Amino acid sequence: MEPVITSDKITIRFGEFTAVREVSLRVERGEIFGFLGPNGSGKTTLIKALCGLIPITSGGGTILGLDVRKNAFEVKRRIGYMSQKFGLYEDLTVGENIDFYGGVYGLTGSALASRRKELIELTSLGPYLDRRAQRLSGGWKQRLALACALVHSPEVVFLDEPTAGIDPVARRALWDLLFTLSGRGVTFFVTTHYMDEAERCARAGYIYLSKLVAIGTIEELQRMPEANPPGTERMELRLDHSSSALALIRTLPYVRESTIFGRSIHILIDAGAMDRLPTDLAAQGVNAEIHPAGVSLEDVFVTLTNRIAKEEAA
Amino acid sequence: MTNGLFSGLGPVCRKEFVHLSRDRTTVFFALAIPVLQLLMFGFAIDTNVRQIPTVVLDSSRTQESRRLIESFANSDVFDIRYMAASEAGLYEHFKSGKAKVGLRIPPDFSRLTQQGQQATVQVLADGSDSTITSQAISTANGVVLQESMRKLLGSQGRTPVEVRPAVLYNPGLRSPNFFVPGLIAIMLQMMVIMLVAFSVVRERERGTLDQLWLTPVSPLGLMVGKIIPYGLLAFFELTVILILMSAVFQVPVHGSVPLLYTLSAAFVLTVLGLGLLISTKAQTQAEAFQMAVGTLLPSVFLSGYIFLIENMPLPFQLISRLIPATYFIAILRGIVLRGAGMAELWPQAAVLAAMGCLAILLASRAFVRTRG
Repeated sequence: MEPVITSDKITIRFGEFTAVREVSLRVERGEIFGFLGPNGSGKTTLIKALCGLIPITSGGGTILGLDVRKNAFEVKRRIGYMSQKFGLYEDLTVGENIDFYGGVYGLTGSALASRRKELIELTSLGPYLDRRAQRLSGGWKQRLALACALVHSPEVVFLDEPTAGIDPVARRALWDLLFTLSGRGVTFFVTTHYMDEAERCARAGYIYLSKLVAIGTIEELQRMPEANPPGTERMELRLDHSSSALALIRTLPYVRESTIFGRSIHILIDAGAMDRLPTDLAAQGVNAEIHPAGVSLEDVFVTLTNRIAKEEAA
Repeated sequence: MTNGLFSGLGPVCRKEFVHLSRDRTTVFFALAIPVLQLLMFGFAIDTNVRQIPTVVLDSSRTQESRRLIESFANSDVFDIRYMAASEAGLYEHFKSGKAKVGLRIPPDFSRLTQQGQQATVQVLADGSDSTITSQAISTANGVVLQESMRKLLGSQGRTPVEVRPAVLYNPGLRSPNFFVPGLIAIMLQMMVIMLVAFSVVRERERGTLDQLWLTPVSPLGLMVGKIIPYGLLAFFELTVILILMSAVFQVPVHGSVPLLYTLSAAFVLTVLGLGLLISTKAQTQAEAFQMAVGTLLPSVFLSGYIFLIENMPLPFQLISRLIPATYFIAILRGIVLRGAGMAELWPQAAVLAAMGCLAILLASRAFVRTRG
């Protein structure tokens, strides 16, 4: 299958600073690709470069088989983009925002009217048509922004942190919308901070300090040897006072990593240490239920981040 | 219209009109401030010197000295408000700022004039305001000269030569006639630069500019789409000022109104270009505001709006030639006050037209570039 988005060793420099370093990836048609990484790691920069907003220093990319450097105009006609800031005109109404973006893509008259009707049905924005964008809640703004990004029926849509600052219900509704559209063949390239969102993606990539350090299906990422060092196992401890227990657990010599997840703690320990763990915890006065745990995507990225940070420091 | 040089012009222009119709405060201030300025310059500011507070030390206390004081008072320039009792009292009135002009008549004034000898009166003037000082001194000279003539020739006599002044174009020497035409240039410049620059920078701040660059909107389509509404608003404001000018301040347009509008177009184009240039440099609205004020100051002080260019030192005269408002103010005063036409104004018009083209050209180049 012909990939919809390819990035071939794309490097982007701003003067001395390298924002993106030799990033290579492919996204297939109809896929929802999650692109993760801390703030400032180069996520937005790569998206903007693929969309033709900022120049690529070296390497190359294609979208729908078109070279993003040579066919910037044609690429723009066929992609949608929704930024962190949504790109809405706050003083225009919902309908006016859609009509404006439709207008700049050359939609007029009945073509615009029927596309507008489709988008309103898709996003359920009907009751808010005459409301100004500034008076919409975050979740509805985000739907309007998505409607505007979809107005020209793009085959590929870039969403840059579409759910930042949005309540959980609205987040879920947006993802349902994305699945509906991807079922119709629309390809999504989504950046996010949320691990649960990343786990909904078919494939994901993790960028850290300008480098793509991991990419694959969620299962492939969870099986990465870096996240599962030989001679270790992952355990989940369920306990009442996870934060006070965390400090104690970290003093144990066989605990390599420990992270709090609400009322539980995920730990990576030396294989075989499982025999000593319950007694050591009891000796410290910590009562915990102990279960073997699977690798979460967050475990993978925390492990990778720690390893790279150590390498950089060395 | 989606592939062309001006792709997106129509939707951008329509959207810009909607912004204007929604942003009532901005439009109100853009239109109200010029009207306020107009009223301020028209009513409050009068550079003609009249009724200067004056203190007199009359040491002669005779009929002759009282007569002289009376002719000073009759001149309308001096307001004899204080009579000082002593030399110290005279200076005290200056120091406290009560009096700007002083008249000192010596004790022997009456005796000397009666004997046909030359008597001396002293006129003191507070030099901290140079306009008042020079006008006070020249009026005092005139008053004393007239008094002397009257004495020499007697009441029947006529002076050999008499000046009959005829002030052209502004016979009443009224200040509004001088200020209001210039004000049009200053107000149009401020309004257009700020509104245009803000409208682009706001889009940059809110992230809609990035969004727009990802659509088929072309830089020229965006630029012209933004220029049209603000250009039209500028002409609306020009019309309001012209109506107020003739209705409230009785400063009618003596020359051709169509010519005035045509040449205004060149100036509006220049300031639209400047506003767009600022918008490509400024990242925030605060920055855009500072840059707009930066263009305004030289236009107020070096364009001939307030101070005569001919009186400036050479370097400033040269700078004034680089300022678009200099040419537009010359054109405005020419058409409004003197009824001048293209025959007289073509040099200024040519420079202004060139500046307009240059500004738009530079702005579009900068615009294409910022798109990266």
